[in-house]
Amino acid sequence: MVSTFLPFILLLPLAGFVINGIFGKKLNSERLSGLIGASAVGIGFILSVAIFIELLGLSPDARSVGVNLADWITAGQFSVGFSYLVDPLSVVFLLVITGVGTLIHIYSMGYMHGDPGFSRFFAYLNLFIFMMLNLVLADNLLLTFLGWEGVGLCSFLLIGFWYDRKFAGVGILWTGDAAKKAFVVNRIGDLGMLIGMFILFSQFGTLNYGQLTQVLSSGAFFPGGSDLLTAAALCLFVGACGKSAQIPLGVWLPDAMAGPTPVSALIHAATMVTAGIFLVSRNATLFTLSPTAMTVVTCVAATTALVAATVGIVQNDIKKVLAYSTVSQLGFMFVALGVGAFTAAVFHVVTHAFFKALLFLGSGSVIHGMHEEQDMQKMGGLKKYMPQTYKTYLIGAIAIAGIFPLSGFFSKDEILYHAFNDSGPVLWVVGALAAFCTAFYMFRSVYLTFDGKERFDHHHVHPHESPASMTIPLWILAVLSVVGGFLGLPAIFGEHVHLLHSWLEPVFAPAYKFYSQHHASHTTELVLMVVSLCIGIAGILTARRVYIQKPGTADKVAARFPAIHKLLWHKWYMDEVYEVGVVKFIWMTSQSFLYRIFDKKIIDGMLHGIANATGAAGRGLRQLQTGVVTNYVTLFVLGILLIVGYLILG
Amino acid sequence: MTQTDLLAGLAIEIVSIFALIIMLTDALVERSTRLCETLSIVGLLGGLAASAYAHLTMPGQTAFNGMIVVGGMSTLYDAIFCGAGIMTVLLAREYLTRVGGMFDEFYTLLMMSIAGMMLMGHSADSMPMFVGLEVMSICFYVMAGLMRNKLSSNEAALKYFLLGAFASGFLLYGIALVYGSVGSTAYSAIAAKALSTQFPTLFWVGIGMMIIGLGFKVAAFPFHQWAPDVYHGAPTVVTGFMSTAGKAAAFSGFVGFIAPTMASGVPGLEKAKVILALLAVGSMLVGNITALAQTNVKRMLAYSSVAHAGYLMIGLAAGNAAGWTGITYYLVAYLFMQIGAFAVVGILERENGGNLTVDDYRGLARRRPGLALVMSLFMFSLTGIPPFAGFFGKYYLFNAAIQADLTWLAIVGVVSSVISVWFYLGLVVIMYFREPLGEMEGGEASISSRTALALSIIGTLLIGLIPQAIINIAAR
Repeated sequence: MVSTFLPFILLLPLAGFVINGIFGKKLNSERLSGLIGASAVGIGFILSVAIFIELLGLSPDARSVGVNLADWITAGQFSVGFSYLVDPLSVVFLLVITGVGTLIHIYSMGYMHGDPGFSRFFAYLNLFIFMMLNLVLADNLLLTFLGWEGVGLCSFLLIGFWYDRKFAGVGILWTGDAAKKAFVVNRIGDLGMLIGMFILFSQFGTLNYGQLTQVLSSGAFFPGGSDLLTAAALCLFVGACGKSAQIPLGVWLPDAMAGPTPVSALIHAATMVTAGIFLVSRNATLFTLSPTAMTVVTCVAATTALVAATVGIVQNDIKKVLAYSTVSQLGFMFVALGVGAFTAAVFHVVTHAFFKALLFLGSGSVIHGMHEEQDMQKMGGLKKYMPQTYKTYLIGAIAIAGIFPLSGFFSKDEILYHAFNDSGPVLWVVGALAAFCTAFYMFRSVYLTFDGKERFDHHHVHPHESPASMTIPLWILAVLSVVGGFLGLPAIFGEHVHLLHSWLEPVFAPAYKFYSQHHASHTTELVLMVVSLCIGIAGILTARRVYIQKPGTADKVAARFPAIHKLLWHKWYMDEVYEVGVVKFIWMTSQSFLYRIFDKKIIDGMLHGIANATGAAGRGLRQLQTGVVTNYVTLFVLGILLIVGYLILG
Repeated sequence: MTQTDLLAGLAIEIVSIFALIIMLTDALVERSTRLCETLSIVGLLGGLAASAYAHLTMPGQTAFNGMIVVGGMSTLYDAIFCGAGIMTVLLAREYLTRVGGMFDEFYTLLMMSIAGMMLMGHSADSMPMFVGLEVMSICFYVMAGLMRNKLSSNEAALKYFLLGAFASGFLLYGIALVYGSVGSTAYSAIAAKALSTQFPTLFWVGIGMMIIGLGFKVAAFPFHQWAPDVYHGAPTVVTGFMSTAGKAAAFSGFVGFIAPTMASGVPGLEKAKVILALLAVGSMLVGNITALAQTNVKRMLAYSSVAHAGYLMIGLAAGNAAGWTGITYYLVAYLFMQIGAFAVVGILERENGGNLTVDDYRGLARRRPGLALVMSLFMFSLTGIPPFAGFFGKYYLFNAAIQADLTWLAIVGVVSSVISVWFYLGLVVIMYFREPLGEMEGGEASISSRTALALSIIGTLLIGLIPQAIINIAAR
């Protein structure tokens, strides 16, 4: 059944892309375009569930099915196919991508209503789904890389979807610039990933995940690992940093909000940005063999989680708050990977997909209802006008803040628990601080948007609730955000209640051979849970005090600590550093040296020199052609003498 | 002479007999041009059919006491010669009438020369090879001077004849020396007996002389100087025919006599390879570099045909199976693109050498978009750009050189291909991106010319897309 359904899951979105991409204008019907786009993914979701159920029926060790659709590259010993691996890890991603993807497709039918590029939008979305599925279902790094590049392309196309709109940022004027920024920054990561692939291929002669894991887990590299493995792991991590927006390659994600909101929800929150998590999880054995790489991952991730969370506090654009929140949450996931808690990372991917998609779609509903207004300072009191959006957004905010028993509580708590256990209190404190900020800025956005005074202009703006096609997906996601946490109940609730853990066990078993996890007593676990719950509540209460009970406190605090406020407002000056240190530098070098001197003088000079010399030689040789037969015979005889002379004497 | 002999040589016999019939028709029937044309095509198609029949029923068999061989590469040679003949016939009447060279003996000469070529392609012995070569050459001398009231045409014929006679002498002398040293003229016997010959120097000088004689016929440096003058002076359709079928015939003779010797591993072989490699290098570089300086399209193509002889000689120097099939493939590819290019030149050409300079091609894309497009295709293919046939031709030849540890030769080949980009694609640039200088006279291509052009394009594209088909026939 797996091998029967899988081609459909993959090819339906591709077909949707082709139909909407080529005939979209001819169809000339939003309903039809949307239906084709949404059903291509929706049917995929149903088939994915069927695959999931079939795998459930198998014994845990047999839940790994390879499907080879076609040969791709065959060169000597090297062969890479369009071959896919359906195993517990890829099925989790498969379900999230098609499931959340379907909801967002349906939502988009309402959100994009009336847009002249309606069918183009659905074509891009479907192409994205196709590429993302290739990324997570591939059984080798090269095919993953194909999907990796493909989703990068779709991200570029969708960020710049409204290419004629302005968008403000450092060095950015148009949405197209934001798209370019995302693409260029991602390429840096891609280069890292490519180099990592080269290293692995030169070492092991294969890019197949199964074969790599088999070689690596044979024990030949343990203990001690090898420098090359560390290099390979770090290179792959650079790729992951690009796609999953970790410092220092995370600068593109906030500007990616230039795209339509469903895009932000699907690509820049729920699915594509978790590709980095997938890549590291898929290559878990490689990472666990290199303690250095694991440490680097942890440090980068913890920094990202905290820095992004602090920036989120001062943002006024509702989508930017969510963007920084995403960066921060991705940091949490990487912390989990860095301490070897792979299951916790995947768990957080799933719950995050639910509540972050929910929050983004909620913000989209607000923006839709406010006639494209995104500044929270110009909102307020919207709960009266958009009750459905308010309720669902609030559920999402509670979930991400980590309040029991919503999904965010369980996944985040598990990460913090592992951070404490496997790395120590410092990492836990950093995580806890970030969690506090998260709760604070999320409720700041709730209060600024839905509570308090109505700060918008009543003459021009008439807030209204969104249509059912948008609110129904919101409610579904809200329910998932509430119950999603029960996929991974902590051990204090009993043995084997962490469903995701048992499900993913066979995938990560080889990695755990090299990375034993510490287990704390149930008391410690319980204490940590209570503390992290308190932190979440503290964050919410602080936000309530600052923005509801004593409005104006925020301004006073900002005036009291101008330096800190400025630092956060300018996002730790990361864009500026890039602008001066990288962009300007490269631009100047290219302009003044590489172009004017190297290209114009040296390269062109050489080429023109060679061309002129050849031309002169041609004119010279032309003189030989006198037209006189005697001269021809002279050359002829000269040739004969040389040949015969060489044969006799040589 | 048995029935099998006659059956094996059926293709050659059919073409020869038709040549005679056409001569009689020309003499006995008034205004016989159309009839001669039809007879030629029928004869050539008959030749093709007979060759295919022999290929399928008696591959690798010899006849006439081991003088000729059938099947395999010789089938492809037959196809090249007859194919070139058919396309030339299709193009000839319109062109020759326009430039004032329409004499019906053209068809007899064409058929006769093809018979000679086929004899060369089938020969397994130096003697029929030489006879075939002479039959072909004498016809060529006359065909080059077909426009008898035109000075350049007469000059071409005379120069070709003088130098050709000189070269034939060397070829025959070489055959004699080889016979003197090994006591045989049959290729396989030469290769076998050369291992034990008492006169190795004599033998190698003989082979050297044969290389010189055939090197002249393929227009290899430094024996190439006749080619630009003759190709320029001869009627354009004849030039197209000579530079493709004529070159192919000479190479078929070349491969035939040298392949067994190369395979036998006779001591001194390396020297012959060095000579062939140097001839290849000289031809490629001199041909392409001199073509750079040409302002006349016909001369440019003539010089570049010297360079193509150089590419083909890479296959001879490699001296391995990949080289032989590479040569055969290249000859097929070259047939289509070169005849096609000359066909376009011929269609545009006017009396007294009008419309032949590069400047006349300025802005052709606007005045004759169809012709400019097909000319561009041929130019791309001649340059060696995929997916056209010219690319795979070069690929197979360079690959053969690398297999024979002659990587440097392949590099020279690539470099000289790069040089050729300038004038081949330069012509495309001129056709598409330059303003025309003046009005170009009209004049439509006839149906038969269009057919020939279409055949060339289909060939250039088709064997570029499925090169293996040709390779498979050659390897049979």
